[in-house]
Amino acid sequence: MRETLVIDREGVDALIHALADRGYEVVGPTVRGQTILYDTIASTDDLPVGLTDRQEAGTYRLEERGDGALFGYVVGPQSFRRFTTPPGAVFWKGLRTEGGFETVEPAEPPRYAFFGARPCEVAALKVQDNVYGAVGDPLYAGRRNQSFTVAVNCTDPAPTCFCDSMGTGPGVSDGYDIALTEVIDGETHHFIAEAGSDEGSEILASLVSRDPLDEELVEARRMVVRASEHMGRFLETDGLKDLLQGNLENPYWDEIAKRCLSCTNCTLVCPTCFCSSIEDHLSLDGTEAERVRTWDSCFTLEFSYVNGGPVRPSVGPRYRQWLTHKLASWVDQFGEMGCVGCGRCITWCPVGIDITKEAAEIRERDVRRVVVGTPSVREAVE
Amino acid sequence: MSELFEVLVGQPFFKGMTDEQIRTIAETARLVSFDEGSVIFVEGGPARMSYLILEGDIALTLRTQEHGSKIIQTLHRGDFLGWSWMYPPYRWNFDSSCQSDVKAIQFDGPALKKIALADPQLGYEMMRRFTEIIVTRMQALRIQLLDVYSTFR
Amino acid sequence: MSIQLSAEPIAHVMSPVPCRILSVEQELEDTYTLEVEPPGSDWGFLPGQYTMLYAFGIGEVPISISGDPADTTKIVQTIRAVGAVTDALVGLKPGDFVGVRGPFGTSWDTKAAEGRDVLIVAGGVGLAPLRPVIYDVLNNRDRYENVTLMYGARSPGDLLFASQIHEWRGRFDIEVLITVDQADQNWRGPVGVVTSLVGRSSYDGDTAVAFVCGPEVMMRFTIQTLERGGITDDRLYVSMERNMKCGIGLCGHCQLGKFFLCKDGPVMTCAQMAGSCWIREV
Repeated sequence: MRETLVIDREGVDALIHALADRGYEVVGPTVRGQTILYDTIASTDDLPVGLTDRQEAGTYRLEERGDGALFGYVVGPQSFRRFTTPPGAVFWKGLRTEGGFETVEPAEPPRYAFFGARPCEVAALKVQDNVYGAVGDPLYAGRRNQSFTVAVNCTDPAPTCFCDSMGTGPGVSDGYDIALTEVIDGETHHFIAEAGSDEGSEILASLVSRDPLDEELVEARRMVVRASEHMGRFLETDGLKDLLQGNLENPYWDEIAKRCLSCTNCTLVCPTCFCSSIEDHLSLDGTEAERVRTWDSCFTLEFSYVNGGPVRPSVGPRYRQWLTHKLASWVDQFGEMGCVGCGRCITWCPVGIDITKEAAEIRERDVRRVVVGTPSVREAVE
Repeated sequence: MSELFEVLVGQPFFKGMTDEQIRTIAETARLVSFDEGSVIFVEGGPARMSYLILEGDIALTLRTQEHGSKIIQTLHRGDFLGWSWMYPPYRWNFDSSCQSDVKAIQFDGPALKKIALADPQLGYEMMRRFTEIIVTRMQALRIQLLDVYSTFR
Repeated sequence: MSIQLSAEPIAHVMSPVPCRILSVEQELEDTYTLEVEPPGSDWGFLPGQYTMLYAFGIGEVPISISGDPADTTKIVQTIRAVGAVTDALVGLKPGDFVGVRGPFGTSWDTKAAEGRDVLIVAGGVGLAPLRPVIYDVLNNRDRYENVTLMYGARSPGDLLFASQIHEWRGRFDIEVLITVDQADQNWRGPVGVVTSLVGRSSYDGDTAVAFVCGPEVMMRFTIQTLERGGITDDRLYVSMERNMKCGIGLCGHCQLGKFFLCKDGPVMTCAQMAGSCWIREV
């Protein structure tokens, strides 16, 4: 059990500075436009102090809390994959030579400190570790291997959160260097800081802090437990993989298609989606070539294009592809589900399609239950 | 006659029919042969006969304005040729010629119809087999129609 | 935090290796065969595999290797020119360079076919990824029973590797059956869908192994016909095609259900696919 200390807001500032001093680019939540995104932060002044996010299906608003909380919100439309697999990253560069062409070694990737990572974020990074680790991708590994994570436990989930169902929150258990729990109540405002690694311990030891009182530790843990009891949504994961894989021909997918715009928002905000595309660039004089990795989405028509046309021209099968990949095929491919219950896809869907609801609907209309002699599922739906 | 019966009994088409039934059908049949290049029938000509190919290859062609005569299908040992005698206007829908020397059993269409009327059970057995062939061939032709090997640019 | 994800050195994963073009031959109107010098003396491939070919600065595409696996002096790739990248590739000249990554993917399981009849059913340009297995089988002919090639193309002018087909026809240890979708009067061979050839070959349905490659609808129809002939799912191999960009299971485009066709395929048995090929738009 590593050390747990109590620090105040100044301590959090000192933490950010200590990370910067060690050469990390500290990226954390900050207000941009009317949302909370992750960007470079220099001090706690850059955090969304005293703000909270009102989230529901298809809705996101920032509101004043009336206090000085540094972490009084959950997650915005971005995740840390913006830094681990930046869209537009050059992953190969070549120069034309006599012998054809030669590879130019890429620049050293930056060292990131992911500051303010919610448990679902930490879980998402672990999910992506499994995906990119399986392939041996240098682009991801280069950024991830050197990263530092300051996690923040959740005590007040949004109505769209369901990390508890996915076993990824609202508290972190591992995968972090330092974990903070913010305690704010009238006059009291401090942070329980727990080290999760040697480097985390080192940095905590350098901050001004005091030992926590036993009741402070108990209360902090209770806050997280209370959060797990107040989740806005629930996803039944029992038998979910087999359910989805056994319902690929369920007519309900086409029902969802009537609402889905296939706008790709859900895949863009999702912290675990990894589909990418490649853009090729050539200098005007034809001597320098670059291959750039961009984010792609299974919702686009071009995604499944083969000679003759897309394999999935209809929206229903494209939505089915996303949902069944996230909650079923991912298990076959990587041994776990791809969803971490962050709820972003629910918030940022312009028509408010809810992954937890749709999975439940498929369960309701499970075609595997239909036996000869009983009315077909299609009839029951009509 | 008995030679014809032996030949028919061995054909997959007649599998499942009784000897009695096969004998009845055999009465409308005779063995025929064609030299390579012979025309068996032409499009628009009166349709009366059906052929069960024993040996050789037959090409079905259609004459087109733009592309001349095109072979649309070839039939081989064991294949049936010709149903146009079943329905008005009793005319052939394509040309048919021999790609090689051909030996076949020729059936008299109107005679087969008389048998079917007199013995509906036998008539059903024949129709069932014909329709199975037609359905399989139709599916194959659909795939041909799709022009699946083309490039799309 | 000490996370240590393995990272293949760039040279192996996503970095194309420049290889010299030895020859470019036109096979059909839009189909060409490139012979490329391999990146090293230890380069080899299994029949059914593909490489990712990179036209410098323009793009990269998956291309079937269509040569003899026993000949490691060159990489033979048959390309259909259908877009910017393939146009660029077929426009290269001997002495030019092309980027090569691979080989990738699964292969035709010739071991599983030993001691059995082998049916090779090809449609259109699908003969290209099957040619290596024909070479392989003929190179080790005594390991197999009856070997039959059934090949269907659009018309006589679209028969790929026509001179090689002629060569194979002259052999007594392989039965070669060719058909076309349509032809003019000069064609003396069969006209009809490739599955019509299945009934004309003799094979032991209980033990034979089939390798099938062609447009997906042709493969589905062939699967039905072969299954009627007694060939079970586990002895039916098909080469599935999906959009491939990386070849290593990174970009996600090639997924067919839970499979990444770039590495779990392209060659799969019908048993593995467990009915996926019949599901609409999967």
